[in-house]
Amino acid sequence: MTDPTPQTTASARVTTASGAAPAGSRVLAQTAFEIRTILRNGEQLLVSIILPAIILFGLATTPILEALGVDLGSRRPVDVATAGVLSLAIGSSAFTGQAIATAFDRRYGVLRQLATTPLGVRGLIAGKLIAVCCVVAIQFTLIAGLALVLGASGGVHIAGLALTALLGTAMFLVWGLVMAGTIRAEATLALANLLWVLMASLGGLLLAHSGTWGAIVSWLPSGALGDAMRAAVLTGGLDATALAVMAVWTLVGIVTGVRFFSFDAK
Amino acid sequence: MVRVSDTPASPAPLHISGLAFSYRTGQRAVDDVSLRAAAGTVHAILGPNGAGKSTTIACAVGLHRPSAGTVRIFGRDPVADHSFTAGRTGVMLQDGGLPMAARPLAVLTHLSRLYASPLDVTELAERLGITSFADRSIRRLSGGQRQRVGLAAALIGRPRLLFLDEPTAGLDPQAALVVREVIDEQRRAGASVVLTTHDMDDAQRLADEITIIDHGRVIAAGTPRRLMNGGGNRMLRIVTGSPLSAEVSRALAVHGSVDQTPGDAATTLVRGDITPADLAAITRLLADHDVVCEEFAVTGRTLNDVFLDLTGRSLR
Repeated sequence: MTDPTPQTTASARVTTASGAAPAGSRVLAQTAFEIRTILRNGEQLLVSIILPAIILFGLATTPILEALGVDLGSRRPVDVATAGVLSLAIGSSAFTGQAIATAFDRRYGVLRQLATTPLGVRGLIAGKLIAVCCVVAIQFTLIAGLALVLGASGGVHIAGLALTALLGTAMFLVWGLVMAGTIRAEATLALANLLWVLMASLGGLLLAHSGTWGAIVSWLPSGALGDAMRAAVLTGGLDATALAVMAVWTLVGIVTGVRFFSFDAK
Repeated sequence: MVRVSDTPASPAPLHISGLAFSYRTGQRAVDDVSLRAAAGTVHAILGPNGAGKSTTIACAVGLHRPSAGTVRIFGRDPVADHSFTAGRTGVMLQDGGLPMAARPLAVLTHLSRLYASPLDVTELAERLGITSFADRSIRRLSGGQRQRVGLAAALIGRPRLLFLDEPTAGLDPQAALVVREVIDEQRRAGASVVLTTHDMDDAQRLADEITIIDHGRVIAAGTPRRLMNGGGNRMLRIVTGSPLSAEVSRALAVHGSVDQTPGDAATTLVRGDITPADLAAITRLLADHDVVCEEFAVTGRTLNDVFLDLTGRSLR
């Protein structure tokens, strides 16, 4: 048919021609495909970039934070808002966006099909992780640019920020995939959006909470990411406890996914 | 035709042995299925809905880990040696498996990058008539158009083993013709094609080997000719003005198994060897009983007859 290189015997042809591309190439191909898919998805762009930018602008330029009773101390609203919005951006891309996209891919058999290619399950997850990290890097660049325009002070712990972003992305991606691989697509759509709102408002992702509630949410994925991000951005340090909590949630998510994730939506 | 014996030096493209698979609910979908697909052949897996065909394919391509038994693709385990086996295998699943938001050529280009030496995407799209709707997203394609993109996805990596799960279901006659041509081309190029289908004409025309599965078990296997020759290879169809009397029916049973077409008491089928001597005796019998025939025809037994004989005629 379309084979441009006819050879003497069929078995000779297929022996030389068949086979998988190298593992690195496969993962990079999947990464590129995932990034294109994310950047072309209008709804996901809204949640990943436009909403965080609006929230940052609103929190930094209005007295909302004081009105919400946030103890700013010596910090300026734009710095507090930037730390929160960076965490929120990770939650949007790695958790909500990927949970919904993967759930519908599962419903339409895309995950099954990809699992039969040389990419395999590990390649698919690696491709998604790198792609989401790239999208988070784009989000961070845009948010940081807007924050600087709004007068953010800098003084960020860069390594801490990078470690927090990487661990937060991995943690939220793993749990987004667990949700996508265990419940129906429509339920994932509703639940992932609801959790995004809850994490932002009550879960310690956007703003720190005080008292008993603050202590509770610091052990949850959203609160731990919020705490680690605030430490890196606001105090220029590392919150080892929060990072450890995120690592544990990531491991629990991986174990849960290996046990319960199913390619079949039937 | 290229046939390769199943030796360690050149293992069969697909060798399934004693395969069993149960879902988490405990429901056993496949039980003790064995089959072997050779290079340069088409192997059809037939069975009623829910018989275990798709589950067998899912185990064969490594989507499910067997509860018992083994699957080997070119001698390797499709779960443990995934990139080796998947690099040599093309799979067209029943439910399409294509990302809805993407366009056909973007999907095919992406998939082509997963293989060492893929086919040219543009040429393949042209061959399967995908170019004419290439500017639309998968979501906007008809079922038949998606089927063609799915077939292209299975072919893009130059597979030596091709799994096609109901490849002609829902296709218009022109598209079905192209699919049959592609299957034949793949066989002639030395690939092994394993397909499931409900189209018995397709199976009879295309398959070198057939495995019939029902209730998760293999109930018959062999070449189409061997299957059709089993249990008498001819069928006599007698259509009369009114149903045959019990006496005539009993007398007919000497010449083969007698059935009446469900819902049509005036049509009687006699399955058996139906020799010229049988025909002479039967016409004499009908004349003696003053039976007027509207139709009296002998046909070869089709694969469809074999399939219905083996799996029953009632709806599941």
